[in-house]
Amino acid sequence: MGVLDLAAGRAASRRGLRSFFKRLRTGDALAHLIVSIAAASIFFITALLVFELTRNSGLARHKFGWEFLWTRTWDPVKEEFGALPFIFGTVVTSATALLIAVPLGVAASVFLAELAPRRISNLLTFLIELLAAVPSVIYGLLGIFVLVPVLRSEVMPALKKTLGFLPLFQGPIYGVSFFAAGVLLAIMIIPFIISVSREVLLAVPAEQREAALATGATRWEATWHVVLPYARAGIIGSAFLAMARALGETMAVTMVIGNNPQISASLFAPGYTIAAIIANEFTEATSDLYVHALIELGLVLFLVTIVINGFARLLILLTTRRGGTPA
Amino acid sequence: MSRRLVWRKFVNVAMFGLSGLAAVVTVSVLFFILGYLFWHGASALSWSFFTRLPKPVGEAGGGMANAIVGSAKLLLLAIATGLPVGFLGGVYLAEFGGRTISFFVRYTVDLLNGVPSIVMGIFAYTVVVLPMRHFSALAGGLALGIMMIPIAVRSTEEFLRTVPTSIREAGLALGASKWRTVATVVIPAALRGILTGVMLNLDRVAGETAPLLFTAFRNRFWGRGWNQPIASAPVMCFTYAISPYDDWHRQAWAAALVLLLLVLAANMTARLVLARKLSIHQV
Repeated sequence: MGVLDLAAGRAASRRGLRSFFKRLRTGDALAHLIVSIAAASIFFITALLVFELTRNSGLARHKFGWEFLWTRTWDPVKEEFGALPFIFGTVVTSATALLIAVPLGVAASVFLAELAPRRISNLLTFLIELLAAVPSVIYGLLGIFVLVPVLRSEVMPALKKTLGFLPLFQGPIYGVSFFAAGVLLAIMIIPFIISVSREVLLAVPAEQREAALATGATRWEATWHVVLPYARAGIIGSAFLAMARALGETMAVTMVIGNNPQISASLFAPGYTIAAIIANEFTEATSDLYVHALIELGLVLFLVTIVINGFARLLILLTTRRGGTPA
Repeated sequence: MSRRLVWRKFVNVAMFGLSGLAAVVTVSVLFFILGYLFWHGASALSWSFFTRLPKPVGEAGGGMANAIVGSAKLLLLAIATGLPVGFLGGVYLAEFGGRTISFFVRYTVDLLNGVPSIVMGIFAYTVVVLPMRHFSALAGGLALGIMMIPIAVRSTEEFLRTVPTSIREAGLALGASKWRTVATVVIPAALRGILTGVMLNLDRVAGETAPLLFTAFRNRFWGRGWNQPIASAPVMCFTYAISPYDDWHRQAWAAALVLLLLVLAANMTARLVLARKLSIHQV
């Protein structure tokens, strides 16, 4: 298409205005105009999104300034708002989720890309990607009625008994907690990690594996010493992609984290996240300042996920390009 | 065999065994979710669930007919607002765009795709709810519609690109103008793929709850027209789930089951119809 375009473009510019009217008559210019407007409206929507978030958080930004980010108080009655407990909760739950999901997800993707016969691999990947389509409110529902009771009666007491010397696993056990949110998020992001990492692994050239096997490496050694290092950037990218998702995840987290704006060293304590407080308090916010503070939280979340996403896509792009054949 | 070789072979088997276990555990989560929802949800499903309005707390029975219709209305609005922009944007990228602008469009689309759904809710709130001063189906539909744009753009572009250049050249060689070639030859050739993309896209926003909480809001009644707050299945499922009433919990399970079945059925049809597999981070 490129060559044709170029030739057509040169010819058009030579014939100038008359050809423009001719093209308008045949509809090409009009079609170009319409699709260009659609493409431009994507820029417009994104710009408007940033503008609206900034404008509608103005009151809070002016009143609290940068201190908003490290203030611990969240008191709607006295109208003192600080984002720290929510930023803390968002970071802690996402980190917990990644710690659980990355090893599991990468291991599963290694199995799917390196060992499983293509047919079984495709079937399992199909099922795993179905898992990614399950709405988050359903994860939340299962979180409330299945995951939290199991964690409260089985997992958390066991952790407390074995690893209780760490401040992470101390304190009373309520069930709803940073930990529950982290585990639920892990379950939700594993499909993404698997799907992307598998693709990155499949993009590693076969010669790399063959070379390692030819020097006498076992299949695992070829995977561990050659394939995984080769795909490292892409796998890290998949983790960041999953992290962006975990940071912005709202419903499931709201339902299991306990919704208590506090900062605690223990994962067993109930907490709060940025997305959760927006979901819970937005319709209850009575004053303008309150709404603006919530929207500023949204702005923070937006900026963080944008940065992480941009970085992740860059990493994945770099690896699949290097592999020659992007999946 | 030397002891070292035995050890290496053992590591080989053990590590791949563990990785296989990880894959099996992940897949079994899907079956657990399906099974559990069937177990809890199926008993609460009845004819009245699909045909009745919700009853006040304390009265048994009632359904969520309004939420089901509401969800359909919201999806319709989303299709009407988001899909045209996404589709035409995709056509621009595949057929008309120059290199530099296309790069920026693609990058912006990727950024938009990564925006958390709750932030999209805030956006729809600021542009629709604030000026109109009340919650409405319109705002909810717009929030979902904007969320559909990125995937619509990328899937349209991707499928248009799979159409061979020779087919375009054949159209042009017959004397057809470019837009006619695109509209009557290229797009029909890619139509199945594009529709699949639309279906997966709808699938994704159908279960969205967060952007509806303060745009479409809730409604215990039908919510006539497009200008009223409106009930939707995911939001209803959420409010019932966090309520303290057993009867509402049962209905939440039923709603979740219906939602899950619809989403999975649409997803599977879309994927199975499609010959080429799409990865979820692209679609």
